[in-house]
Amino acid sequence: MTASSSSNPSDPILSVKGLSKAFGRRPKEVAKRAEAGATRQELASLGTAAVIDASFDVAPGEIFVVMGLSGSGKSTLIRTLNGLLAPTSGSVAIAGTEIAGADAATLRRVRRESVSMVFQHFALLPHRTVLDNAAYALELQGVAKEERLRRAQRVVDVVGLNGWEQKLPSELSGGMQQRVGLARALAADTPILLMDEAFSALDPLIRREMQEQLLELQAELGKTIVFITHDLNEAMFLGDRIAVMRDGRIVQIGTPEDILTDPANDYVAQFVQDVDRARVLTAGNVMERPLLVVGEGSGPRTALKAMRDGYASAVYVTGRDRKLVGVVRDRDAMRLVQKGETSLRSIIRPTPHAVSADDVLFDLFVPALESEVPLAVTDERDRLVGVIPRVTLLAALGPGTTATGEMTIPVPANEIDELLAESAVPASAANEEVR
Amino acid sequence: MEGFRIPIGEWAATALNWIKANLDGLLEFIRTVLGGAVDGLTDGLLGVPIIGIVVVAALIGWTVRSWRLALGTVVGFGLILGMDVWTPAMQTLSLVLVATLIAIAVAVPLGILAARNDTVSAALRPVLDFMQTMPAYVYLIPTVLFFSIGVVPGVVSTIIFALPPGVRLTELGIRSVDPEKVEAGQAFGATPGQILRGVQLPLASPTILSGINQVIMLALSMAVVAGIAGAPGLGKEVVAAISTLNIGQGVEAGLGVVVLAVYLDRVTSALGGRAQNRGSLLSIIARRRAHALAA
Repeated sequence: MTASSSSNPSDPILSVKGLSKAFGRRPKEVAKRAEAGATRQELASLGTAAVIDASFDVAPGEIFVVMGLSGSGKSTLIRTLNGLLAPTSGSVAIAGTEIAGADAATLRRVRRESVSMVFQHFALLPHRTVLDNAAYALELQGVAKEERLRRAQRVVDVVGLNGWEQKLPSELSGGMQQRVGLARALAADTPILLMDEAFSALDPLIRREMQEQLLELQAELGKTIVFITHDLNEAMFLGDRIAVMRDGRIVQIGTPEDILTDPANDYVAQFVQDVDRARVLTAGNVMERPLLVVGEGSGPRTALKAMRDGYASAVYVTGRDRKLVGVVRDRDAMRLVQKGETSLRSIIRPTPHAVSADDVLFDLFVPALESEVPLAVTDERDRLVGVIPRVTLLAALGPGTTATGEMTIPVPANEIDELLAESAVPASAANEEVR
Repeated sequence: MEGFRIPIGEWAATALNWIKANLDGLLEFIRTVLGGAVDGLTDGLLGVPIIGIVVVAALIGWTVRSWRLALGTVVGFGLILGMDVWTPAMQTLSLVLVATLIAIAVAVPLGILAARNDTVSAALRPVLDFMQTMPAYVYLIPTVLFFSIGVVPGVVSTIIFALPPGVRLTELGIRSVDPEKVEAGQAFGATPGQILRGVQLPLASPTILSGINQVIMLALSMAVVAGIAGAPGLGKEVVAAISTLNIGQGVEAGLGVVVLAVYLDRVTSALGGRAQNRGSLLSIIARRRAHALAA
């Protein structure tokens, strides 16, 4: 039955196929007709189709978010993943073990070894201390007392509740109680973590803190996480992939960027309207091809021409391998031309701000404001991979078309032309090369 | 409608007579066990020096509630002693304790069963209604018939009458445990037995304990009825006072019941909400220990 030992690391650890769950007097019939396309309203007299024909795979180490409004079936879906609810049809395989229709003993084994859960309202045992709550899953697994308290202490430290071990849950704030819930699930040491609206009952500030902590823990421990939420911002922040549910059906599965930039239908589009795009989209999503760039070996004339053509007040200078060297400003370049020099090197200034392609837009506003040139986006080897003009940054926040151009007012083009004509040095000008 | 009558009374009498005739061994066994238990406990209570009982009762009061209850216990028990009803009071106390223990031993498992199974719950409900609303005196007829005059019919009638709230509140307590907490137990792979012991019973315990409190109160209220059946104790004193219109004897015996009732109620209700009793020895010890651990 178990195939986990022979499985390939890239195989899904959790695989759901054609899963439906219906409630009511004749669940089988409701599920069948819902799968054939009947809507929930049409079936209302027969029963409730909570989840209809859901299929997805979750890879080891992935954070898979199921997003939907209340009543969309997401809570039912997550409860079928560990057999708290038995699917009406379809299959759920956890690390190779099929749990649809499995007997109680198999379900208990899967829950002890493979899947633990974090609950919306924490579901801590009020008569047990923090440490004993964290050790609960281990107690059920039959771990000896000393060993389980030691392991519970370790996860209590990991979630930052050191010093609170002997308190009762009622003495803790909501955020701390959910840390205990998280500790209990982590102590079980299962590869999969199901989180049912785990942060929805918390204050916004605490919620953000918990989300960040979850990402840290996940990076450290490599858990596979299925996270249920009704908050799209939370989904976008946490999810490697997001499944959007509506009326029991999964309407789209994709990365946060996919969902945001390419919504599958009007429903998803309407949903993502309210998303804080600045926290989801990254520099890499919106950057443009760098046009205002000259080579390190070019002269001031080339730079000025490039600025004139691009209506810009400065250009980026790159060295070999497109490595970003710095910026050259129009006034400096004009002075150089007036002096008759041919190398830009003396006037290259350090790049005011370079950002990485993974930075979210939210973190770009201040650099963009302070920078007089479009923000430079560099890769890990300092190569200039793109630029983000302020207009682009603004346009990315709304659903409109992407406008380009820069807002700094450049030196008027005729002024540049005049200057170029006055102090023409044909030989060097011919050698300059615009990149 | 002339002549129409459903002979339920006759049926009941026939059934009871049949039991009397055919299950004599069982009835004899019950009589021996219950009679022995109550008499043994009474002898024990009366064998200990009075001061010892008062001190232990006061200490129990302090342990679960407060020093005020301990003081009240000393005053109340002193009153019983002063009215010279100590012996009947101890007889009543042992009848109540034995009846309560048996009622709880039956009621709690039944309540658990009813909480886990809707059919059992639905079947039990009318039976419990019947047991609770049938006038208590009626139970004396078959029990006296089965066990003859004395303490045993009193105990059996008391058990039947006092049982229902124990079952009801146990079921209610378990059914009203937060379903997410039960789900948490399941989600971490707990067996049904582990969920019962580790989640449902501890979380339902305040409700179950208030059910037990109700059982004890009802058992005490049956003390007088048991007196009619000839059970020795405060009830018998009351019955005697009624038949001779002896006001003094009636008031003294009645006050004895009141003192026992108040004491047992305060102690058992304190068990239900231990956290609130900051003055109790238990919570003082718990705080000390928490303090020592934190230091």
